[in-house]
Amino acid sequence: MLSYLLLTLALLSSAAYYLGRNRAFAVANGHIRNLHSLPGFYGSYTALWCGLPALLVLALWVALQPSLITDLVVAGLPPELHDLPADRLNLVVNDIKNLVNGNIVSSAPNPAILEAANHYRNLRVIGNSALWVVIVSLALAGLAYSWNAIAPTLRARNRVEQIVTLFLILSSTLAIFTTVGIVLSVLFESILFFQHVPITEFLFGLQWSPQTALRADQVGSSGAFGAIPLFSGTLLISGIAMLVAVPIGLMSALYLSEYATPRFRAIAKPALEILAGIPTVVYGFFAALTVAPLIRQIGTAMGLQVASESALAAGLVMGVMIIPFVSSLSDDVINAVPQSMRDGSYALGATKSETIKRVLLPAALPGIVGSILLAVSRAIGETMIVVMAAGLSANLTGNPLAAVTTVTVQIVTLLTGDQEFDSPKTLAAFALGLVLFTITLILNIIALRVVRKYREQYE
Amino acid sequence: MSTTAIATDLGLKPAATAATASRSVSSVEVTDYDNRQTVGKIVVDNAKMICRGVNVYYGEKQAIKNVSLDIGANEVIAFIGPSGCGKSTFLRCLNRMNDTITTCRVTGQIKLDDDDVYDKSIDVVQLRARVGMVFQKPNPFPKSIYENVAYGPRIHGMVNTKAELDDLVRDSLERAGLIKEVEKRLNEPGTSLSGGQQQRLCIARAIAVHPEVILMDEPCSALDPIATAKIEELIDELRENYTIVIVTHSMQQAARVSQRTAYFHLGDLIEIGETDQIFTNPKHKLTEDYITGRFG
Ligand SMILES: Nc1ncnc2c1ncn2[C@@H]1O[C@H](COP(=O)(O)OP(=O)(O)O)[C@@H](O)[C@H]1O
Ligand SMILES: [Mg+2]
Repeated sequence: MLSYLLLTLALLSSAAYYLGRNRAFAVANGHIRNLHSLPGFYGSYTALWCGLPALLVLALWVALQPSLITDLVVAGLPPELHDLPADRLNLVVNDIKNLVNGNIVSSAPNPAILEAANHYRNLRVIGNSALWVVIVSLALAGLAYSWNAIAPTLRARNRVEQIVTLFLILSSTLAIFTTVGIVLSVLFESILFFQHVPITEFLFGLQWSPQTALRADQVGSSGAFGAIPLFSGTLLISGIAMLVAVPIGLMSALYLSEYATPRFRAIAKPALEILAGIPTVVYGFFAALTVAPLIRQIGTAMGLQVASESALAAGLVMGVMIIPFVSSLSDDVINAVPQSMRDGSYALGATKSETIKRVLLPAALPGIVGSILLAVSRAIGETMIVVMAAGLSANLTGNPLAAVTTVTVQIVTLLTGDQEFDSPKTLAAFALGLVLFTITLILNIIALRVVRKYREQYE
Repeated sequence: MSTTAIATDLGLKPAATAATASRSVSSVEVTDYDNRQTVGKIVVDNAKMICRGVNVYYGEKQAIKNVSLDIGANEVIAFIGPSGCGKSTFLRCLNRMNDTITTCRVTGQIKLDDDDVYDKSIDVVQLRARVGMVFQKPNPFPKSIYENVAYGPRIHGMVNTKAELDDLVRDSLERAGLIKEVEKRLNEPGTSLSGGQQQRLCIARAIAVHPEVILMDEPCSALDPIATAKIEELIDELRENYTIVIVTHSMQQAARVSQRTAYFHLGDLIEIGETDQIFTNPKHKLTEDYITGRFG
């Protein structure tokens, strides 16, 4: 029923567009030059007047109607139901709503509740009809008003563009508000967590076993929330990943930008970027089912102790995943070094490799560092590969052949499963998230600054 | 405007124009625009570089058509002509900078002393050490002033000790007339200098590898008149030790710094001769049109 209303509104607006445009032609006496704006703008102007106020009222109405009706129904309940304590009353209201919607109710409905349900249904029908009337008349009123207002001097373009600007502003602030919202919610939950576990223990503790008791008398009822093993595991895996991604990414960027023929470059660059488009779950499979067993086989053949889920496997695959980041960004940065630098070097008799080593890399270094930092923050935040390939045991070790776990993996395991949302175990996930967020935020800020500074150098 | 007026405009010796002064009409010998045979003497006695039948193609397009000319030792030779006529292209053949453009193909013969520049046995690294280049826009590396000049000597292994390198850097900066201005700031970035200073730094950078020939592609086009005057003065001094080929847009500049001038038009070398003669007494109608400003 709401969709019909929206459809009607859309139709009305389209009609308004044509009416407004035709009206503009009419008042212009056939000379568009007489108009302040092009006729299309008058059309948009009428369409906006027709659709926008109605849409706003509609949104408000839809948001408020249910609670209003509920209040009316509750007020009309017989005293013995009406005076129930709040939580019981809630139950009754739920029953009524379920009855209205034809769902199963918790107990056999008594007449008072049936009566209330009827009342509810009636109110809703009235409300909906009123909504139709109000919205359609509002749309027509807007249409009439703006149609009337159309005159050669009306600055329709400016008005329409103002509205468009408003939409643009709204859209851009939406992203900011979402970020702020996420940060705040994570922050508050973390504060709750730090009431259970001291922040120093969380940041510097060496033991991570986030079990909490379901019953007070349970064995091992107290968990340990020292996050150092997680940080070290994250560091280890990201470190391995960067050891793979940075040299390979950088060298492929150098090859692509300096040595490759344009034909090869046209094929290889998109191919590398496809790597970035592979879902991380797929990398996860690959790490867990192909790379990890392989490493284990090779390791045992060499007489080494290799865990079946090793940091090495996860790190290697993650490194491969990050290669396109490093190579693509570095390639851009190296390409941005002006051709005149290369010419200057070649003209002095430098070879290609001397030019790369002594001119291009130093000139591009800040940008390359920036791209590496972005890649690091990507590696730290990566979840799927490590969940599947790195294991869950929170070992504090620097051995790449052992199983380790990371911050992101722990967040996933803490939040999956049946846990109360205010137990330290779940709250710990938010604290970990906060740490992760802070680290990647700092890395990104540094990286962006470095990259921007570098850009200015040649402008 | 008559050529005589142009000549006095350019500050040339009036004596050179005296012979032509009586003639009211132009003195050109070739009036046929379609005659693209080079006019003037292409040969010199003490040639440093000899170019014969040089053609340059960018893909299918021919940018230089059968150009032959000599570049004399210790002379300044200017290449002039409307833009797009192939001056830069020809200049870049002389030290094989065109090699860096994949579509570019060069045929014909270019010799530096007795060595064939385009011979397979020639190492471009050696060649470019002997034929240095200065570009239109100053392009110092994003390194210190010192490192900019030390770059060439380092890659060619020209010095053994730090002291030797120091001396070489100072000497090059001195020859480029820059030493007084930068003596105390050798460790500051080369990009912190003014445009004119940057261009002299690039000249110092080129000089540091002891080239025999220096190619300059419109070296002053990005500079103000005072910086330009300094570079022109410098070019005159450098002539003692180097052979200089300069591409220029400014006919005044060609007249001031060069001894010989070559006029290019649409890939052809139209006329070549003593600078005085080219500006006062051009022999080809195209040259006359260009220097009298009838097109360009
Ligand atoms: N890299 C290139 N690729 C293709 N064509 C080029 C290239 N460089 C120059 N050209 C062409 O060659 C001709 C001569 O150019 P250029 O030597 O730069 O002229 P000038 O320096 O006299 O202004 C022009 O028509 C130009 O379009
Ligand atoms: Mg040019």
